[in-house]
Amino acid sequence: MTVSDPRQVPLADPAAAAALERTWSDPPGLYGWFAAINHKTISKRFMVTTMIFFLLGGVLALLIRLQLAQPNAGIIGPKMYNQIFTMHGSTMMFLFAVPIMQAVATYLLPLMIGARSLAFPRLNAYAYWIFTMGGIMLYVAFFVGAGPDAGWFAYVPLSSLRYSPGKGVDFWAQMITYTELSGLMEAIVIIATILKLHAPGMSLNRMPLFVWAMLVTSFMVLFAMPAVMLASTALITDRLVDTQFYNPDKGGDALLWQHLFWFFGHPEVYLIFIPPLGFISSIVATFSRRPVVGYPAMILALVTTAFLAFGLWVHHMFATNLPELGKTFFTAASLVIAVPTAVQIFCWIATLGSGRINVKTPLLFVLAFFFILVMGGLTGLMLASVSLDTQLHDSFFVVAHLHYVLMGGAVFPLFGAFYYWFPKFTGRLLGERLGRWNFWLFFIGFNMTFFPLHLLGLWGMPRRVYTYPAEMGWGDMNLVSSVGAAIIGVSVLLFLVNVVRSLRTGALAGPDPWGAGTLEWSVPSPPPMGNFDVIPVVHGRYPMWQPQPEPTHVVGMSNDWREVLVTTVTDAEPDHRLWMPSSSIWPFLSAVATTILFIGSIFTPWAVVWAAAPVAIGATLWFWPKRSVVEQRVQSESKP
Amino acid sequence: MSAPGENRKSGKEAVQRGAALDVGGLPTFGFGMRSPMWWGTMGLVAVESTVFALTIMAYFYLRSHASAWPISGVPPDLLWGNVNTAILLLSMWPNQKAKQAAERLDIAGVRLWMSVCMVVSIAFLAVRVLEFGALNTSWDTDAYGSVVWMLLGLHTTHLITDAYDSGVLTVLMFTGPHEGKRFVDVSENAGYWYFVVLSWLPIYAVIYWGARF
Repeated sequence: MTVSDPRQVPLADPAAAAALERTWSDPPGLYGWFAAINHKTISKRFMVTTMIFFLLGGVLALLIRLQLAQPNAGIIGPKMYNQIFTMHGSTMMFLFAVPIMQAVATYLLPLMIGARSLAFPRLNAYAYWIFTMGGIMLYVAFFVGAGPDAGWFAYVPLSSLRYSPGKGVDFWAQMITYTELSGLMEAIVIIATILKLHAPGMSLNRMPLFVWAMLVTSFMVLFAMPAVMLASTALITDRLVDTQFYNPDKGGDALLWQHLFWFFGHPEVYLIFIPPLGFISSIVATFSRRPVVGYPAMILALVTTAFLAFGLWVHHMFATNLPELGKTFFTAASLVIAVPTAVQIFCWIATLGSGRINVKTPLLFVLAFFFILVMGGLTGLMLASVSLDTQLHDSFFVVAHLHYVLMGGAVFPLFGAFYYWFPKFTGRLLGERLGRWNFWLFFIGFNMTFFPLHLLGLWGMPRRVYTYPAEMGWGDMNLVSSVGAAIIGVSVLLFLVNVVRSLRTGALAGPDPWGAGTLEWSVPSPPPMGNFDVIPVVHGRYPMWQPQPEPTHVVGMSNDWREVLVTTVTDAEPDHRLWMPSSSIWPFLSAVATTILFIGSIFTPWAVVWAAAPVAIGATLWFWPKRSVVEQRVQSESKP
Repeated sequence: MSAPGENRKSGKEAVQRGAALDVGGLPTFGFGMRSPMWWGTMGLVAVESTVFALTIMAYFYLRSHASAWPISGVPPDLLWGNVNTAILLLSMWPNQKAKQAAERLDIAGVRLWMSVCMVVSIAFLAVRVLEFGALNTSWDTDAYGSVVWMLLGLHTTHLITDAYDSGVLTVLMFTGPHEGKRFVDVSENAGYWYFVVLSWLPIYAVIYWGARF
């Protein structure tokens, strides 16, 4: 058996590569823009869209900090303040944190597992459009004065028609339907892609840890997101057609909302947190220049976290009248979940400790993760105690805790991931100097903003108040916090400057600027439309760092139509060749039809009936095969 | 994994030629777990099972907080619910026949049995309308009425969409353009049909008997 240099990927002959590029390209022009289904094209749009929502949510956060910077401020009135914090929370949770992880994943997964496409590329495009239209709807409603104002978890009875008249909460509930529909479809796309489209030899025990993280996350999505869809559907029917789910006068129950919402809401924290664990594993391996320590322990930790995440929801409800014995179970679960997280952190520390460290901006963001997440985790352990939680419930202490967990656990690694994979997305490196400014301002600004909120919470400052009297003595800490927020703002601005500058004048990256070990770095940056001119055969967890025994690559796939290689689930043995759909405008048009249905139903329940017709027509034309394409392909059909 | 074994049986295997692995001889579609479509369908089944399970939990949660159940006093009439349960269970027979025909790549059989399925689906959709009429409560009467209508409404949505999907697929099987992977679609469509029928059984038990015990 001969052994070849891992960096010598066999090249396709130029004619074959050109044919592949033609085959996998979306059509040109305006029509082609709406008909695009290539996973990289959709993913880039998805990332840009979610980042725009991140910026919008960030501006809202700055407005909150502006208003709270001093006592008795009158910049924003109470009504507008309610809308602003509701929009900030809803945006960051539903329009940024969960979807951006899926957006990044839909770019990287096929490249990491050696696939030419996602499993259901049209469904992926539809999910993107649905998400975007839902987000736009929410912001249009906000800008015309119909923004939701009942908080990002919209507790009944506050969010009921009696206490929240107007359409704001209805738009919020429909935004949930949009984003969760999109999230659920993306999860299905991701699971099918990971399990069926991995290259020969990319068996489950060789998949990169990021791929594992996305697999675990996507399974969690399947069981978590339906709860909030059911909850918000029941809310909107209570508001629009007089169902009585949450109305105690007619046998309904307000806590039903809390149970359903948090049965989704707590796993959601891990939907936000687990994908970044995958980012971190990629970045730590590359910048320690060695494989991550404890591969099986890392995977078991991810799976354990996923299971435990479904046993935590009641710790959001410690201030309600649930049985005390029941609460102790959730306290225990909330403490236990620290264990798998600690296992992973120790594995990374061991990796860093035994590697040759290369300190670049992506690694800085990961190191910040260790510091900030551990802080947030520790306050989480404090809040797991029922007695302490009852004291601190609805105070700024909780705000500090959740920002330490979510920004430390997700946003810092996400920025690290941008610095790390930006060269793959665009072909150019982000500037390292601006990157360090970006990092340090973010890190300092973050701690300045959120550390004082712990103290304010302990001193009794409740969350969601639009102002406070000077006699409370909260002014100084709030000012520090607001200055910190401004520093974060500057830091994010520097990131944008870095992106714009690097797109034009950044250093050319080449296929593998970091000397990394996984497959996405074996192809040019940005990758060709079909990802791999030659599909690799995989022999280890870090194919780029290991000798490659034969066979090294796959032959016998069509270059003239979109064909992918389907492999078996666990062992990744070649099973069959599958034809993928062509580019189509119908996912976009179906999303428009779905939007008409969703928005129409806010104003008349009958929209569910009449707007179902265009949705059905759109979906049918989407599915209906083109005779010319089928006739071309059917000639090389081979029965199982 | 059974799949490579099946390839070996049919002689359609990947073959190593020097440094390359030649997959040109592999089939261009596969049934069951071999197909990504099966995994997509199972994902959908997982999501919708979760929705049903949570709605049933909401039913019992509300029931545990009510002093009388049904709150409005009268449980649903059994007749149409029983009739429809029988029709749905019976529909598994033509459904299985269509699935088997698809896996034999037998287009005539697929056309026949999918058409039978379509006739059956008209029957259960018609009876479903009568079921709503026999619930003895309205969605806005009280929380009991709301959750019963939600359960029956969710399942009805599945009946409608599955009947429509199957209808489109049946038409395609008659008109073409035809290719082998459409047999996989028929097989997966039949798998989803099983889900719609089998998920009805717990929902039926809750709606019709949860109000009696």
